[in-house]
Amino acid sequence: MEIPYTVKPRPDTGLYNAKVGIWLFLASEVMLFGALFSSYILLRVGAAAGTWPHGLLNVNLGTINTIVLITSSITVVMAWVSLKLNQWGKFKMYQAVTLLCALAFLGIKSAEYKDKFTHFQIIKKDGTYVDGHMHGAAYLDKDGKSLEVHKYHGLTFKENGSEYSLKEVTLNGIGAEELGQINEPKHGEHHEHKNISVPAAEIKKIENYGPWHSTYLAIYFTLTGLHALHVIGGALVIFVLWARGGKMWRTDPERYTNRIEISGLFWHFVDLVWIFLFPVLYLL
Amino acid sequence: MSEHDTHHDVSKHIRGYLIVFGALLVGTVLTVWASHFHFGREGSNVGNIVVALIIALTKAFLVAGYFMHLISEKKLIYSVLAFTGFFFAGLMFLTIWSMHPSSIIHFK
Repeated sequence: MEIPYTVKPRPDTGLYNAKVGIWLFLASEVMLFGALFSSYILLRVGAAAGTWPHGLLNVNLGTINTIVLITSSITVVMAWVSLKLNQWGKFKMYQAVTLLCALAFLGIKSAEYKDKFTHFQIIKKDGTYVDGHMHGAAYLDKDGKSLEVHKYHGLTFKENGSEYSLKEVTLNGIGAEELGQINEPKHGEHHEHKNISVPAAEIKKIENYGPWHSTYLAIYFTLTGLHALHVIGGALVIFVLWARGGKMWRTDPERYTNRIEISGLFWHFVDLVWIFLFPVLYLL
Repeated sequence: MSEHDTHHDVSKHIRGYLIVFGALLVGTVLTVWASHFHFGREGSNVGNIVVALIIALTKAFLVAGYFMHLISEKKLIYSVLAFTGFFFAGLMFLTIWSMHPSSIIHFK
C-alpha cells in the first residue's frame, strides 16, 4: 500500500502528512519538557537555604556544548538546502558534520557526568563536611593487609575471595562547617583544594554526586538525561537516513528531502530545549 | 517552507540562515557574559532570571522561526501550536500561582 501525501500536500491541510505528524509530536514534547521545567521551578523555589548549589557545573563545557548544538542546527538546515539544490555531495558533508557535532555533544556530556560520579561528599560524625573529587581509598582485608585504590568501592567489597573493609578515604577538595559553604561559595572567594583524608571511623555518610545526592542533581540528571536521549534518538535517525538514503534519493528525491526536513525539525527542537537548559542549569 | 520552492528561492535563504547562526552564537556569548553581573535588587536573582530568559526566548524565536520555518508555515501548524502555547502557559501559570504566599496553607 502506498502511503498517501508523502510529497504532495494534502488539499485540506496544504501540507504533506509527515509535517503535520512531526509538529503534533513536537507539541507533545513541549508539554513533556514543560512539565519537567515546571518541576524544576517548584523544586528550586522550595529548596531550603544553602541546599541549592551554585557554580557546580563547568560553564565553559556548557558553553562549548551550546555552540556545538547551534553548529549542528545550521548544518542540518544546510543539508536540507543542499538537497533542494540537488547537491548530494554537499548534503552528505553537512550531515556528517551534524553527526560529529552530536558525538561531540554526547562526549562532553559524558565527561561532565563522570565528573559528578567521581565527586564525593562526606558527612562526618561531628557534623562537618568534606567535599571533593575521589583521590583514593585505603581498604583492609581480614588479615590487616592494606589495599590502596583510586576508586571508591563502598564500605566493604569482595575481590578474589577476600573481603575488604574501608580504612580511609582521601578526597581532593575542601572541608566545610556547613552545607552553604560548599553550595554557595561567596563571590570572589576561592577555596584552595587539597587532599583531605578521612578515616572510616569518622564517616557518617559518604555519597557521590549522582542523582540521589540532592534535589538539584536529581532534576539536573533528569532534564539533561532526557535531553541526551533525544540527542541520541535524533542522531540515530539522521545517521540511518544519511547512510542508507542513496536509493530513495535516486528513486524519489522529493520524498527523501521531506524526510530530511522532518528529521531536521526534530533536531532543531532538541537544540531549542538546550537553549533553555543551559542558562537554567549552568548560569542561574 | 512549502514544496513549491524553486532553487532560486532556497539559495536566497542561505544568507538568512547564516545570519541566524551568527545571532545564536552572539546570544550564547551574551548570556554567559551577562551571568557575571547582578541585575535588579540586592539579594534577589529575579533580574538575572529575566535577562537570561529574554536572551533564551530570542534564541528560541530565531531557531523556531527561521530554522524550523515557523515564520512562514501553514495555518494548521499554527493552530496546533496555539493549543500547545495555551496549555504550556497554563502549566507555568499554575506553577507560579501555586507558589503565591496566599495559596500556601499553613497548618497549625
